[in-house]
Amino acid sequence: MTNLTEFGIAAIRDGVVRGDFTATEVAQAFNAAVAEANPALNAFIVTTPDHALAAAAKVDSARAAGEELGKLAGVPIGMKDLFATEGVQTTAASHILEGFEPQYESTVSRKLWEAGAGMLGKLNLDQFAMGSSNETSAFGNVISPWRRTGADGSVDTAPLAPGGSSGGSSSAVAARIAAAATGTDTGGSIRQPAAFTGISGIKPTYGRCSRWGIVAFASSLDQAGPMARDVRDCAIMLEAMAGFDPKDSTSLDMPVPEWDANLSDDLRGRKIGIPREYRIDGFNADVAKSWDDGIAWLKDAGAEIVDINLPHTRYALPTYYIIAPAEASSNLARYDGVRYGLRELPEGANLQEMYAATRAAGFGAEVKRRILIGTYVLSAGFYDAYYTQAQKVRTLISRDFMNAFDEVDVILTPTAPTSAFALGEKTSDPLEMYLNDVFSVPASLAGLPAMSVPAGLDRGGLPLGLHLIGRPFDEQGVLNAGLAIERRAGFSAKPAKWW
Amino acid sequence: MTAYRIQGATGEWEVVIGLEVHAQVTSSAKLFSGAATAFGAEPNTQVSLIDAAMPGMLPVPNRECIRQAVRTGIAINAQINKWSRFDRKNYFYADLPQGYQISQLYHPLVGEGSVEIAVDEKKPDETKTIGVERIHVEQDAGKLMHDQHPTMSYVDLNRSGVALMEIVSRPDMRSPAEAGAYLSKLRTILRYVGSCDGNMDQGSMRADVNVSVRRPGEPFGTRTETKNVNSVRFVMQAIEYEANRQVDVLEGGGKIVQETRLFDPDSGTTRSMRSKEDAHDYRYFPDPDLLPLELTDAFIEDCRASLPELPDAKRHRYETVLGLSSYNAGVLTAEVETARWFEKLLAESARRQGKSESDVARQASNWLTSELFGVLNKLGKNLEDSPVSPEAGAELLALVGDGTISGSIAKQVLEKMLETGDAPGSIVEREGLKQTTDTGAIEAAVDAVLAANADKVAQYKGGKEALFGFFVGQTMKAMQGKGNPQLVNQVLKDKLA
Repeated sequence: MTNLTEFGIAAIRDGVVRGDFTATEVAQAFNAAVAEANPALNAFIVTTPDHALAAAAKVDSARAAGEELGKLAGVPIGMKDLFATEGVQTTAASHILEGFEPQYESTVSRKLWEAGAGMLGKLNLDQFAMGSSNETSAFGNVISPWRRTGADGSVDTAPLAPGGSSGGSSSAVAARIAAAATGTDTGGSIRQPAAFTGISGIKPTYGRCSRWGIVAFASSLDQAGPMARDVRDCAIMLEAMAGFDPKDSTSLDMPVPEWDANLSDDLRGRKIGIPREYRIDGFNADVAKSWDDGIAWLKDAGAEIVDINLPHTRYALPTYYIIAPAEASSNLARYDGVRYGLRELPEGANLQEMYAATRAAGFGAEVKRRILIGTYVLSAGFYDAYYTQAQKVRTLISRDFMNAFDEVDVILTPTAPTSAFALGEKTSDPLEMYLNDVFSVPASLAGLPAMSVPAGLDRGGLPLGLHLIGRPFDEQGVLNAGLAIERRAGFSAKPAKWW
Repeated sequence: MTAYRIQGATGEWEVVIGLEVHAQVTSSAKLFSGAATAFGAEPNTQVSLIDAAMPGMLPVPNRECIRQAVRTGIAINAQINKWSRFDRKNYFYADLPQGYQISQLYHPLVGEGSVEIAVDEKKPDETKTIGVERIHVEQDAGKLMHDQHPTMSYVDLNRSGVALMEIVSRPDMRSPAEAGAYLSKLRTILRYVGSCDGNMDQGSMRADVNVSVRRPGEPFGTRTETKNVNSVRFVMQAIEYEANRQVDVLEGGGKIVQETRLFDPDSGTTRSMRSKEDAHDYRYFPDPDLLPLELTDAFIEDCRASLPELPDAKRHRYETVLGLSSYNAGVLTAEVETARWFEKLLAESARRQGKSESDVARQASNWLTSELFGVLNKLGKNLEDSPVSPEAGAELLALVGDGTISGSIAKQVLEKMLETGDAPGSIVEREGLKQTTDTGAIEAAVDAVLAANADKVAQYKGGKEALFGFFVGQTMKAMQGKGNPQLVNQVLKDKLA
């Protein structure tokens, strides 16, 4: 039998439905792959093989009983450890939540289980989803399965970043130890790791997926989405994740479209915008070339290419690094040692001292940095200069997109300014790290659907992603353009197994 | 009315007062969660995952709480803001699980309105208008318990997330009495509207009291804010103490520090809690978990239509339509329960006596305010737990109205009703209290009284006509009060002529 872990969502589900193999066999194969790879990749904080097997057994008996199977029947996935999972430790990769087992299941994970998926484990991430390399986790770095190849074909064994914050997700999907994974994206946390590891990932329109039960980073930006082997798998999984949730006031009260059924790479009559402003100083030549490739592929699919302006693009990153930390500084106030999670109570400490000790011990350096920034920009005397101003710029950035969408249907950019970097390469300079999100952050600020699809390899043999941004609610347009690129890029590279 | 002034050593001072009243919204569920809100439940039994601020939990506004706040706003003739927004007020405390309170700083639900007060309840027509700046809705915090453990404090989150309305007045009050009247009136309105039960001893309503003093006519002085004062009397005490303290400080050459103070009900004094320098920086910003609140015209109209007749309108109607004295109208409308009780009594009286409500209104209001209130007072009971129902009261009034019993017998019957809970008709029947219209019996009683008081008869005939009342009293006494007063009068007049 073929190695079952080579299959993605559609292949597994269809195989289970047809009876080519059982869901239990699939779960066993992935559980084994996880057990083998995780010591090397550190993609999972905890593994839950029993959960995967139980879900598979349910699917197998449902099939035996002749029942209709769900969209994700028999598909073992990884769950980013930002989603609350009932009875299973949920940490946001922070020491402050170590040992915390929720009594509730997040809406998105519940919907995935209802669709027949099983959980292989809780995936590592940047602590509280703050980071672009998965180096801020309290549970250690995630290692990318990819390795850089020299011009002479020699393999550089320096561990590479899987991207972040959904680095456990990207690493696990790229290494074929999970059929797919959930991600969350606040400023690029699905798209940048997807690009770094040669997989696909989509952040839907803000509000498509319920935030209920997802540990909050920046509420006005956080969105869940799928990370998977290809565009179609993303479409199938997003259908299962999305939908109105009355428990989330910002949830979109709209029906979930049939994205999978409406996939088409025929882009005739569609206009694709190319924003000049994304051609930044010191633009990486390989990234520039892949962007040109993308333009050619979309043209080949029948689309018309249009140059557009997004004049406020250069303010997006500073705007994001005011709004996101501001919200985070408030969202993370609940981790105070009073009700759950870590409590540090030095001898004789009063309440304030307990707070200080708990939060000093519980939060990592990057989380503290962002809490400090956020607290500062919301302070009396600075609020108008920073927060209010940032909100105005956010509106201008949204307006740029709305103006562009008067003219074009989808916007094409690179996903990230470079391919994956080595661990430790950018940790000394937070600003350089933040620059990784320069292309992904504007769409987050505007709440737009956006996805990354693999476009090829750079001269170091590492994946590059192309980034598609669509109108609000037009995930279909984004997925279809993504499919057009996928079919023409013919990306089939996989990391060589070294673990 | 003379202005309230504090006589300092160096002259007169005027007090300036503003109140921020926190009123718990009457609703079965909390502002942003489905947890229950009943008072007095076991600690931490009314706490949802949202109230405990578990990771990933999100607030969803409770429509009923918003509706109640809008109804309250309409009741004080305030502007209803069709677009409002929730903000986070960030601070750390063990009774605040989220680390922030969801409130409304920048765009409150309700804008400017006003409340009419009568400072002296004996003069209900001398009114003053107190401005209300805004009403916003916000979450209550939990409660710390310090008496459970020698070194630790315990947290009860039952109140955490309960909806409050913060009703912020303008600094329009100038005496403790005005502040007391404002708070009482506000409480009356809230209870009429049904948006807050007004139980100050259970903490459903409490006030932050802002006080400053100034020389009459000068600009406002620096104010202090005394937190969480929980009765009308304490609010008045706190103002009185605080104003005098400020005058002493100023006259002693000192300066008033803008600060937060605490009221000690045992001593009636206030003390400093924290000064402006240690004031929190609350880092308010719009809550990104919540969309702006947008109200439709239909929703607002629905709120308006659901309002009952409000106390000012009711009092006016009692005076003009029912012909009650303004004092009685004031007493009967001060509490919504009293007005409801009275209106039942009125309707039932009119029905039994076959008259219009305005024809029986004075009889009913006089009986209620002087007879029933009097006896309930003696029993230490409120109208709500009165053993006499409005229906029984109306039956009693009908017996007086049709001459079956006299007013004085009615008092005896009321006593029996309270004792036995029996209906007045059966008491009158059983005890033989029916008024007698038998002229023979009355003449016999009159003859006996006149015979026994021959000296007084002589004096009366000599011109001392005031003695007539004495003869009436003696006759009624001899008849155990059952003589028909008109007949007794007539017979006496005839016999003494």
